[in-house]
Amino acid sequence: MSVIDALLTHYNYYAVVLLLGIGVYMLVESTNLIKKVIGMNIFQTGIFLFFITAAYVEGGAAPVVHEGGGPYVSPLPHVLILTAIVVGVALTAVALALVVRIYDEYGTLDEEVLRQLYHD
Amino acid sequence: MIEHVPVLLVVAPIVGGALPLLVGLLTDRAGWSVATLTLGVHAALAAWLVATVAGGQPVVYEVGGFAAPYGIELVVDGLSAAVVGLVSVVSLGVLAYARRAGPHTNSFYTLYLLLVAGLSGMSITGDVFNLYVFLEITGLAAYALVASGDQDAAAVAALRYLIIGTFGASLYLLGVGYLLVATGTLNMADLATKIPQVAGGYTSTLILAAFGLMTAGLAVKVALYPVHTWQPDAYANSPDSVSTLISALVSTVAAYSLARIVFSVFTVDFFAAVPLAQDALFAVAAISVVVGSALAVSQRDVRRMLAYSSVSQFGLVIAGFAVASSTAVVGAIIHLVGHAVMKGGLFATAGIIERKTGARTIEEYAGLTDRAPVAAGAFAVLAFSMVGVPPAVGFVGKWYIVLGAVEVGAWALVAVLLLSTVLTLAYFARLVESMYFTDAPTAAEAEAVAEPEAAGAAIPDGGDAAVSPGMVAVAVAAAVLAVALGLAFPGVEQALENSLPFLP
Repeated sequence: MSVIDALLTHYNYYAVVLLLGIGVYMLVESTNLIKKVIGMNIFQTGIFLFFITAAYVEGGAAPVVHEGGGPYVSPLPHVLILTAIVVGVALTAVALALVVRIYDEYGTLDEEVLRQLYHD
Repeated sequence: MIEHVPVLLVVAPIVGGALPLLVGLLTDRAGWSVATLTLGVHAALAAWLVATVAGGQPVVYEVGGFAAPYGIELVVDGLSAAVVGLVSVVSLGVLAYARRAGPHTNSFYTLYLLLVAGLSGMSITGDVFNLYVFLEITGLAAYALVASGDQDAAAVAALRYLIIGTFGASLYLLGVGYLLVATGTLNMADLATKIPQVAGGYTSTLILAAFGLMTAGLAVKVALYPVHTWQPDAYANSPDSVSTLISALVSTVAAYSLARIVFSVFTVDFFAAVPLAQDALFAVAAISVVVGSALAVSQRDVRRMLAYSSVSQFGLVIAGFAVASSTAVVGAIIHLVGHAVMKGGLFATAGIIERKTGARTIEEYAGLTDRAPVAAGAFAVLAFSMVGVPPAVGFVGKWYIVLGAVEVGAWALVAVLLLSTVLTLAYFARLVESMYFTDAPTAAEAEAVAEPEAAGAAIPDGGDAAVSPGMVAVAVAAAVLAVALGLAFPGVEQALENSLPFLP
């Protein structure tokens, strides 16, 4: 497959790269803690999409095996990502709990303001 | 029966971890007893496993009865047995410390046991995705533990740890995805045979990207420079028991996982085929050694100094792995285990000293021998062991790393190690000198009388009573163990080397 073909047919990977990029940008650039948590979620979603899109088979059926079925999409990445989604939900819950506690203690969610409070 | 032990090492702390919450409905002081009982069982199982593996045969368990490479495999060889033994001993020991040092809640012990479950799982799994899951269980428990203290800054430190840690784990997961796409398998042993068969072999872009992402992700968890930024705040702002536990274990097991990925998944043949990957890993580790030491020298707060010291010592461990000669890897493993005992002991001792005298900074440590002689003694022994004074374990680890580096002509590592030893001496000698040979000035003496009350106000148990004999015993035991391991090591060197079949 030529490079041009690869660029034209693998458009689903553009979405992966875009999501990863947006996620990292928010993690690094935003000073709002909630937005950082959202960025973390977007970054993880990019990874989930990468796994799922890699499992796709052209014309494949859902992997529920019955007679004369065939071709199926690969079920393994789906299972992995179910697990990873659960992990992601748990992480988001802990992150939001910490955000609530930070807001209770400092009355702000801005990282810059928090940093100044530290150094006073 | 022995084949079921690996899975029990994970199941026992998870089941035990649920109990404090259930028992907590009846009484709020049950957490410690439940945790001690559970970790006692864990330690017995780990000891049985270590004894079996020392005989030479790895123990393999197929989770759910699904045969590898389709099912998840738990594999315990000599290296994982050593790490799981370390996890068991340290977590049981820190319980003696936590009984008085707190936090005194049942949920703390639930998190504590979850952390042990995650760390045990990371040590014994033979599946790269399973490793990700245990990495996140460990991470979640560690984030919550850091936030379990009363300090205001704890929640901020924990959230920063969570965001950076999750980013690292996600990079690792992305790398796993690349490997899965390239080979269609997740089993470590299966990956080792299938990676060279990928079109393009070891130099295929997919494999290179997977290596880069997985090692970068684990480097975040190990806290190598420049992705160490979560670590000093997390160690300095968590409760004493937590900083002791996580400084001893969390980065240690992540470094073990890095070694496992490098040697059991990509193997040394990958390094031979792609020298750039080896050089890059070595360069990151070497920079970490030098910058970590330099940052440690510039700290005034003792806990932050110890935290930056970890950045540098883990750089040394990873550099030993990157050299990938059998002697250097054995040295790196000894230093990994030794560092866990030494750094955990140092944090435990720093906690005792702060509770007794209120001293937190290097200036306040002046003349400490008069106020806290036992803690000061333990601190000095552990500090000199970390510098690498024989016969302590810090010396043995560094000795083998240097020996391995000389064998393969990695002179850069020899230079980095010597420089790091000088810098380590610089920050620890300054502290020990101030403890033993500087008299506490009169102003500081007045402070020292005033401060225990101030510290006592912050700690519910108050003043000197906040230090129990159990806490002092933990600090002394760490110091004794640091020396004993150094003396005992020549006896186990051969056993360790025999159990590492993946080495050249």
